[in-house]
Amino acid sequence: MGYVGWNFCRPSPLVSTGGFRVPAIGYELTHLQTLESEAIHIFREVVAEFERPALLFSGGKDSIVMLRVAEKAFWPAKLPFPLVHIDTGHNFTEVMEFRDARAAQLSARLVVGSVQDAIDAGTITEDTRPGASRNQLQTPVLLDTIEENRFDAVFGGARRDEEKARAKERVYSFRDEFGQWDPKNQRPELWSLYNGRHRAGEHIRVFPLSNWTELDIWRYIAQENLEIPSIYYAHTREVVERDGMLLAVTSLTPPLEGESVISRQVRYRTVGDMSCTGAIASSAVTIDEVITEVASTRITERGATRADDRVSEAAMEDRKREGYF
Amino acid sequence: MRELLRVATAGSVDDGKSTLIGRLLFDTKSLFSDQLAAVERTSRERGDGYVDLALLTDGLRAEREQGITIDVAYRYFATPKRSFILADTPGHVQYTRNMVTGASTADLALLLVDARKGVLQQTRRHAFLASLLRVPHLVLCVNKMDLVDFDQAVFEEIKDDFRGFAAKLEIVDVATIPICALGGDNLVSRSPSTPWYEGTSLLHHLEELHIASDRNLIDVRFPVQWVVRPRIGELHDYRGYAGQVAGGVLKPGDEVIVLPSGLTSRIAAIDTFDGPVDEAFPPMSVTIRLEDDLDISRGDMIARLANQPAVGQDIDLMVCWMADAPLRTRARLAIKHTTRSVRSVIKNIAYRVDVDTLHRDEAVVELRLNDIGRVTVRTTTPLCFDPYRRNRTTGSVILIDEATGATVGAGMIL
Repeated sequence: MGYVGWNFCRPSPLVSTGGFRVPAIGYELTHLQTLESEAIHIFREVVAEFERPALLFSGGKDSIVMLRVAEKAFWPAKLPFPLVHIDTGHNFTEVMEFRDARAAQLSARLVVGSVQDAIDAGTITEDTRPGASRNQLQTPVLLDTIEENRFDAVFGGARRDEEKARAKERVYSFRDEFGQWDPKNQRPELWSLYNGRHRAGEHIRVFPLSNWTELDIWRYIAQENLEIPSIYYAHTREVVERDGMLLAVTSLTPPLEGESVISRQVRYRTVGDMSCTGAIASSAVTIDEVITEVASTRITERGATRADDRVSEAAMEDRKREGYF
Repeated sequence: MRELLRVATAGSVDDGKSTLIGRLLFDTKSLFSDQLAAVERTSRERGDGYVDLALLTDGLRAEREQGITIDVAYRYFATPKRSFILADTPGHVQYTRNMVTGASTADLALLLVDARKGVLQQTRRHAFLASLLRVPHLVLCVNKMDLVDFDQAVFEEIKDDFRGFAAKLEIVDVATIPICALGGDNLVSRSPSTPWYEGTSLLHHLEELHIASDRNLIDVRFPVQWVVRPRIGELHDYRGYAGQVAGGVLKPGDEVIVLPSGLTSRIAAIDTFDGPVDEAFPPMSVTIRLEDDLDISRGDMIARLANQPAVGQDIDLMVCWMADAPLRTRARLAIKHTTRSVRSVIKNIAYRVDVDTLHRDEAVVELRLNDIGRVTVRTTTPLCFDPYRRNRTTGSVILIDEATGATVGAGMIL
């Protein structure tokens, strides 16, 4: 792995034919370069046509890749928008430290919407039953954060291969003043011509990585030699087994009655709220080992590790309609 | 090196398209066991009696409840040679706009016919749309060959029938493959059931297809998307023009013209985050610096002096109309073309094309939802454009209703 950027498939040398320099065979891009170029184009379009964009940065792998592409899109200028994170208060410490360090490295402004603050202020009510998740509480806090900061375009790292409701979502996903997505009323997206017209109070979610797959994300992390939070690599952790998933045991997510705590070598395939994101048994400690593992897995990342998508067949669609990422 | 191939597929439920897609995903190990289990569970609950692979792509609640596909769904699969993006569109007549959307970015159109039914009106319509959108490659899969005993004569008849029709279109490359999606014949490897078939399997065809020449590497076109001005420290005077190359090969030292102003300069450098590059070609996103300090902004186009796009305000378009309210003469619409947005008025509707007969109806006064027709527009400010047949990026526009903000039409410049 190792090598980065365009030079990787630099076109063949030019051939001289009677004074005219004509292209020899070549001029091809790898699929990752094509995807990267498409994503850069999307970033620039949005920044050119919207007044107050922001980028959702959770410290998860997709947002790490998205942030790198954004950095490339505006280089050598700084990022022309702030980063936003909706903190459930149940996030992994390693990931939060990573988030802050990366924002500082880019001298980017980081806006944090706090679920805990909203609970303390009484604007949202927490389900305090054992094993409950704060995942759903992110949506109202996200919408409030968007409104307070008057963001009109919010970049998200969602991919279409993640889930079948997402497979039908546009790159520009329009949300009404309640942040709702209407899957039957989407604008057609033709060529690379994105229509960003919106009314006051409306905002769009933009998914520059729409056409990337999980494996593309990992290959890009390797290609770009990107740092990622340590919990993506195999480590030993106290877990309980619940609904066929391995859930971390922490002070915030204690074992339920009757569950036994076991110590296992695990890694995280997705990084979200501790209460609903499961670990997988793994011994992958390097990026190449992670890629090999992901390439051979037979279960989708959400199926393997996300309790939030298991609620019903249309769980993701329903959450998106309500304004979820 | 692994390339990307974009495929648009169209067809109705009956011709086995979902089964074909399901097989391609399954055989390339792009279908996961929990996805398959969910489909099996839903099929069982509905009492289907078989595993309905359409459920893999029909992701929305309304679709599952009504058993229909309402929109373009994107699927991803990969082999060691290529990564594929498959835009799957429903085949119903009212969904022309979805097919047009899926085909707009496609390298290849994949059409299916049922071997027992042969080429249908719908097949011709889809082939016409693929041709209109200038999808460079087309594959016709003659499916359900098992139901005609893998009879070569049936296959040849369908193939000849389709080629006769395709000859009237502008499709450069057509392949016809006899398959049985259910049994997997000729999908991944050649089937022993069709010893008379001398071509390759579908997947092999998709992997080996030569697509590099489909791009325009001749006419240098660089729509300026964003001006990069860091305004800090040693970069205080840095001024770069960011954009995605729409055509040709740009090199430092090239003499260029900026349109529509007509100012000229030379390329000083082509920058990327990963360092400067010697050449930029489609679809690279780069940042260009010029030797002279010119007044250039978003919407301008950089080209070569000896090879310039047309610059004008009166433009002929083939339009696919996508709104419920019909398009009429004198309608005022916004147009987005490359990185430039302008206002326009429809001056004339010349004709409507009957997508089934290719007949031109010149008596029309309006274009209705899913109609395709030729119109003339006049724009408030000039566009720098090429014919769509020459360049799919600098030859395409979207039409926008200024009141609602909706995308109401797709236009291809003639």
